[in-house]
Amino acid sequence: MQVPILKQGPYLIATVQSALTDEDLKELRNVLVERVGLLRSRGVIVDVTALDVIDSFATRTLRDVAHMIRLRGAETVIVGIQPEVAFSMVKLGLTLEGVATSLDLEEGLAYLGRPGRASGREGRRDPG
Amino acid sequence: MSNGQGQATVEPRVESTASRLRELVAHLRQQRAQLREEWARLITEAQLLTAMTKEEIFAEATSVYDNYVEALETGTYEALQAYARNLSERIIPRGVETHEVVGIVLLLRDVLARSLFAKYHEDFTKLNRILDAYEPAANRIAITVAVGFVQERERIIREQQEAIRELSTPVLQVRERLLILPIIGVIDPQRARQLTEQLLRGIRTNRAKVVVLDITGVPYIDSPVANHLVQTVEAARLLGAIVIVTGLSPEIAQTLVNIGVDLGKMNTVGDLQGGIEEAERLLGYKVVLMRESAPEPA
Repeated sequence: MQVPILKQGPYLIATVQSALTDEDLKELRNVLVERVGLLRSRGVIVDVTALDVIDSFATRTLRDVAHMIRLRGAETVIVGIQPEVAFSMVKLGLTLEGVATSLDLEEGLAYLGRPGRASGREGRRDPG
Repeated sequence: MSNGQGQATVEPRVESTASRLRELVAHLRQQRAQLREEWARLITEAQLLTAMTKEEIFAEATSVYDNYVEALETGTYEALQAYARNLSERIIPRGVETHEVVGIVLLLRDVLARSLFAKYHEDFTKLNRILDAYEPAANRIAITVAVGFVQERERIIREQQEAIRELSTPVLQVRERLLILPIIGVIDPQRARQLTEQLLRGIRTNRAKVVVLDITGVPYIDSPVANHLVQTVEAARLLGAIVIVTGLSPEIAQTLVNIGVDLGKMNTVGDLQGGIEEAERLLGYKVVLMRESAPEPA
């Protein structure tokens, strides 16, 4: 199952539509890391609202995506983690450390576009 | 009693058990005033039902006695059960304890047995037969009343737990995108689970960015609950919200340090006021005091 990636101004938005296999996740990672340079994007939003489960591989991949994209000069924010999913992730010790998270797409866009954010190269901060 | 096991052969025995019970009931009816008096006296003497006045004890004793005799007579316990439940409903709020209820029923059993001894002391065989009929029924009555009482108590406890649970974790919005959760009382694992659920759901429905979790009213927490709290804070971050924990008592601070919580993940402020101020700062609010509109000193 491919994840559609939309370009919205200076940002890329990847909306996960259904459960992803490990292969799908790797594919998503590669495509995002490649496109972010190609389109000179400043930020990437990965929307996981549709996911009922986020396992350790998915967590690791999302973290890797965030770190790789930072190295490519942009920022990543994961949005739409469901409350139940969030708590079961934490129970398993999957806390997406060092990765920005927001409530939903709107919040994610607000986070990336927040004032005082000069460029994508700025150090990562928690939203707020 | 015996339901159909060898009706033909056992019939005479069943018949005589029934007739003995009838005789017994007639005796208890006849002696009602005196036995009831005796029973009420024993209850006062044993210092049971101290929460009730003498008159109340006597009134209750009368109806228990009548119900008791009726249960003996009919061999059905539904009426007694209903009465026991009703009685429990009335006396539990007044602080009557389980041992008192069991105590008075056993006292009545003894009073009645004594009166049977007195009546039949000349005819030992007959006394034996009467007791054969009386004892199982009396024991069953005692069980019925005691169980009724305990069940009623449990029902009340369940109701109260439910009420406490509903009241225990309010999620309040104090400003746009700012929630507070004041927590009062001990957090047990069940309450901790509920708290997490309410907090995470509250973040979603109110689109909160900052949550102030005030635990000033929590006397202590054990390490599972402390871990749970830390996990809740992390889960809230995954939803894009920051949790500020306020009002950590010295004991709770010790617990958190002892279990080795990563304090980098916990955002803590001394008191609720400080927490709200910090939250406002994070959200970009600026509270300005308008001197002019301050209330005039009276």
